[in-house]
Amino acid sequence: MAWFKITNLDAGTGDKQILSDFNLEIKPGEVHAIMGPNGTGKSTLTNVICGNPKYTVSKGNIEFKDKDILSLPPEERAGMGIFLGFQNPIDIPGVSVMTFLKYATNAQRAFKGLEPLDAPSLLKKVKLRAQALGISDAMLKRYLNVGFSGGEKKRIETLQMTMLEPDFAILDEMDSGLDIDALKVVAEGVNVLKSPERSFLLITHYDRLLTYIEPDVVHIMVAGKIVRSGDKSLAKELEEKGYAELINA
Amino acid sequence: MSETANAKDIEKQLEELTQSPYKYGFSVDMESESAPIGINENIIRFISAKKNEPEWLLEFRLKAYRHWLTMKEPHWAKVSYPPIDYQDIYYYSAPKTKNAPKSLDEVDPELLKMYDRLGVPLREREALAGVAAVDAVLDSVSVTTTFKEKLAKEGIIFCSISEAVQNHPDLVKKYLGSVVPYTDNFFACLNSAAFSDGSFVYIPKGVRSPMELSTYFRINAMRTGQFERTLIIADEDSYVSYLEGCTAPQRDENQLHAAIVEIVVMDRAEVKYSTVQNWYPGDKDGNGGIYNFVTKRGLCAGEKAKLSWTQVETGSAITWKYPSCILKGDNSVGEFYSVALTANHQQADTGTKMIHVGKNTSSTIIAKSISAGKSLSAYRGLVKMSKNAENAQNFSRCDNLLIGNECKAYTIPVMESFNKTARIGHEATTSKISEEQLFYCQQRGLSSEAAISLIVNGFCKEVMQHLPMEFAVEATRLISVSLEGPSVG
Repeated sequence: MAWFKITNLDAGTGDKQILSDFNLEIKPGEVHAIMGPNGTGKSTLTNVICGNPKYTVSKGNIEFKDKDILSLPPEERAGMGIFLGFQNPIDIPGVSVMTFLKYATNAQRAFKGLEPLDAPSLLKKVKLRAQALGISDAMLKRYLNVGFSGGEKKRIETLQMTMLEPDFAILDEMDSGLDIDALKVVAEGVNVLKSPERSFLLITHYDRLLTYIEPDVVHIMVAGKIVRSGDKSLAKELEEKGYAELINA
Repeated sequence: MSETANAKDIEKQLEELTQSPYKYGFSVDMESESAPIGINENIIRFISAKKNEPEWLLEFRLKAYRHWLTMKEPHWAKVSYPPIDYQDIYYYSAPKTKNAPKSLDEVDPELLKMYDRLGVPLREREALAGVAAVDAVLDSVSVTTTFKEKLAKEGIIFCSISEAVQNHPDLVKKYLGSVVPYTDNFFACLNSAAFSDGSFVYIPKGVRSPMELSTYFRINAMRTGQFERTLIIADEDSYVSYLEGCTAPQRDENQLHAAIVEIVVMDRAEVKYSTVQNWYPGDKDGNGGIYNFVTKRGLCAGEKAKLSWTQVETGSAITWKYPSCILKGDNSVGEFYSVALTANHQQADTGTKMIHVGKNTSSTIIAKSISAGKSLSAYRGLVKMSKNAENAQNFSRCDNLLIGNECKAYTIPVMESFNKTARIGHEATTSKISEEQLFYCQQRGLSSEAAISLIVNGFCKEVMQHLPMEFAVEATRLISVSLEGPSVG
């Protein structure tokens, strides 16, 4: 068994297989980045890890903290410490960012056998984390993602991550469509949380994000599987040469 | 491809979630005194005599009864149910007590225990002075009115309508039927003939009620119809916030609830009327439950009068209810905020009527419906701008939230304008709780049940914020409970 390991995974939606014989192992404290062209299965991968019921797994397994997690519902995987920063966070009208943070925080505390955080402590923690990411009090009162710009959505995803302090955070193209300032916020969120016990999986198109968050391992994914892995220099190489050349190399 | 354990049929999961057991389904063993079953002139005379009513009231009842015999049950609403046998209903059922209770100490302890189970701790409320004054109507008879003395100091009359008939006959005679005439509709007419009790409120000129007034309605006896009647009069420059809550025991028969609420709002007075209706909705297969056929209407009689209806409807097998405002006084204001949640086989046809008569009158309608299971929900609204309603304006919004694929929601707004300067605005949306929303919440650690509850409460927020704080908490809880799965209860 392993801390986080995907073995021989086949997965997809409906009858369409997207991941085939996919393998990946991440150790505590490591930052991995997966890069690849559009439609190669990167988002499928993140959804399958987190248990999105829209996706089906036909073969293989996923272990997390020495446990096979494929049979667990999404909330239990979250309770074990897996966090997904969404590429397209959905909106929930009528539920403020603050309210949502309260529910999420307390739901995860329940998995750890902890009492709900009392209102003053919660408020204090949220404000502290929000401040660090340049998120105003006014924004905390707005309904979750309703009318938020792309940058605002990603800031709120990052805030949720720093509040929930996951052991394993997956960021799914959190950098797409962001200006430099917003990108720095996301990177700041990751860098603040980095620790020897905590791992990250960054899904990205470009090496832009990787100039702010230094990965230990970079993977290149094409057509549902990892075709090359290397250190951070692989990202630079990819940016210079493009996928075609690199894959055929 | 085999599915992961997560990829359960989401519709099925949702269906399970919305089949919640009813938590107020107990009945209490109390001796009750009933009129013989059915309705005829003798029964009406019996009820009137029991209540020691003056001749004019008996006449009012009999006129209504005779008119009712000429009327037909309406069937234009988007609801369906087997024929009601009006002769198979008890029209009067009173808990047997030797004398009317003078204080809570004299009230049947069984009854108090029941209200405790309903979450209406009368004793506590009396102790926690200043929270609310409560009139409790069991089956047909008003049981106790707390805080009467404190209110009396302000000149406020808050009592059962039977008491009001005895002690304030002039007020009752003047206003009873003035907003909802007995000829109004089939159910209102039956109520006018057979009403057994209800609440009466009079707020004198210039008085702001120092507390919220509330009535809890409860049907306990079997095969009993409940025909209560509420009359609220807010004199010039007065203010009152009035709360109404309802529950009924779980029975496999259908019980009829045909109430009338009449409100008169004078110059510059304001009435806020809030309802949390949780009558027994029937079981998950649609057996039993309350038929809630209610006529609620308020008259903004004076200038700058304001009437605000807020309702949270989670109960009843069938709801047929259109709290309305007649905006007669110039610059008067009408509001309607509604959440109707239907699950299983529940049917709700609800909405409002805003009748603009005076100049510069304005109205706001925010109606939200949440439909789950095989339920049916219809919003039916009328906004009418009369000839003299210069510069009157209305804004309406109806939002429907669907859970699952078997429920239905309709929006039937009717707008009639006879004045060119009047403005009417209407918006409507229909949406579903998406799988994406659920997954997003689950990814943050919320169970699908908690996620649905959070999303639904967010959807209702705009209406809930118009409820008094205490009531809003109860209503939010009720909505979550109504959406819970059986495993949670």
